[in-house]
Amino acid sequence: MLPALLPYTLFAVLPALHAAYLSLYAWDGVTLPSFTGLANYRQVFADPQLRAAAWHAGALIVFFSVLPIGLGLVAAAVVARRSGRRGITVVRTLLFLPQVVPLVAVAIIWRWVYAEDGTLNQALRAVGLGRFADSWLGSFTWSLPAVGLIGTWVVAGLCMVLFLSGTQRIDQEIYEAARMDGAGPLREFWSVTVPLLRPEIAVALSITVIAALSSFDLIYITTGGGPGNSTVVPGILIYRLAFGGGQVGLASALAVVLTAVISVAVLVVNRLARETP
Amino acid sequence: MTTPVPRRAGRGLAAPAVLAVFCAAVLVPFLSLLLASVQPSGTPLTGFALPTHGIHLENFVHAWSRAGFGPLLLSSAVIALAVVPAAVLCATLAGYALATMDVPGGGKLYGYLLLGLAIPTEVTVIPLYYDLRALGLTNTVPGLALAEIAAFMPFGVFWMRAHFATMPRSLVEAARLDGASPWTTLWRVLMPSSRPAVTTLGVLYFVWSWNQFLLPLILVQDPGKRTAPAGLGFFTGQYDVDVPLLAAATLIVIAPVVVVYLFFQRHFINGVLSGALKG
Repeated sequence: MLPALLPYTLFAVLPALHAAYLSLYAWDGVTLPSFTGLANYRQVFADPQLRAAAWHAGALIVFFSVLPIGLGLVAAAVVARRSGRRGITVVRTLLFLPQVVPLVAVAIIWRWVYAEDGTLNQALRAVGLGRFADSWLGSFTWSLPAVGLIGTWVVAGLCMVLFLSGTQRIDQEIYEAARMDGAGPLREFWSVTVPLLRPEIAVALSITVIAALSSFDLIYITTGGGPGNSTVVPGILIYRLAFGGGQVGLASALAVVLTAVISVAVLVVNRLARETP
Repeated sequence: MTTPVPRRAGRGLAAPAVLAVFCAAVLVPFLSLLLASVQPSGTPLTGFALPTHGIHLENFVHAWSRAGFGPLLLSSAVIALAVVPAAVLCATLAGYALATMDVPGGGKLYGYLLLGLAIPTEVTVIPLYYDLRALGLTNTVPGLALAEIAAFMPFGVFWMRAHFATMPRSLVEAARLDGASPWTTLWRVLMPSSRPAVTTLGVLYFVWSWNQFLLPLILVQDPGKRTAPAGLGFFTGQYDVDVPLLAAATLIVIAPVVVVYLFFQRHFINGVLSGALKG
């Protein structure tokens, strides 16, 4: 037990506790910290920039969780009705690829897709929609959805593969029975596929919600939180405050709040999943 | 495609069509980058450019030597080599103890470890930076490696415990009756059939360690000693305009994980899926 507990305690749990301790102090990282009680927490909830970060994190949940899970379910439903599954291994390997590549590389790949002369604008111009071409990541309107869709691209494959393996558990006879009862594809989707995939949906939800709330790498490379503060998220703010802004205490308070929000979100998702439908 | 139940032709095609669209969506951005990486350096480019100016592999050479990705890759490899075996060993020992022995307070210890799954890196990295700096461990391999081992421990213990719990208890008891120590039981009796579980954990750890960004970015401030992804992040700021060079560097950095992934893809996918589901 000891070899596992020792590094974990020293380099994960103690730092987390240390962060909680720092969050009660005003500290610039250099001079002596001074105790300020809960002032940092009050600021976390009052500061407009921090509120914006919370909103953006919420919006990212739509792109990181809702959209990929929706796409994954549709794909799983379409494929589940088919019993021959040749070539599925190749498809699985491919769909999982964005999951394996470092997010920094994903961000660079998509910077190129979204660039002024990038792949997306080229495609728009090719089909005569050139007037919609934009510098996506530099736009106040589009940067957040643009970054969000990168997240969708990364996790959609994971959701899809997760749901596909889930449908293998579902007895084909249930589908046959539903069809006998005259259920159309839509009805079958809502009353067979979705309820029976409940455990998988819960898992996908907790993984993707954590990814959305604690996102950092993608945004750091694509927009750095900009333009202005239009894509600022908690992870970026923590980094800026602690390692550029000299507000280590405030950054720690924000990090502690983020941990709490993530834990609550995961608990809620698990609670919902355990309830019998 | 043979299906037991006769279907309308349209339905038979729906599944392959949907999957083909998704696969294309994954592939196009990668291809776009690959095509950019073989363009002549320093020329204006458009998104999906066919290599009409010949294939310029010198971008890869430049990325490797002039942009310094050779040494960065090496330091990534050193970190991974330090992290993976140590983390797998610690997780195996803890998982074995929790699954087969009556550890006093075992349940509580396990819960304590699982708590770590909810701690995001953003929280630990701030104190880690100041604490490791006080110990003189920033900019060093042990500093970063220990931080990663600690961050990976909860999943590893969970994974190995779940694995050892599936092994028949009679196996452990028989070994004990034969007078085998817990140590021999683990190495002689349980490990030979644990290869798949251990391999999966090792592959996951390698990929996570290679891809880790925030920890090396903060804990290694010296740009020359950073890991490859952190170096890539630094590089984007510097060489913003030279798309072919950046594309080549990106491909060099992702090549090792992609190779490991393709080689162990079944281990990797099953690890992620069942790891997630058991949790």
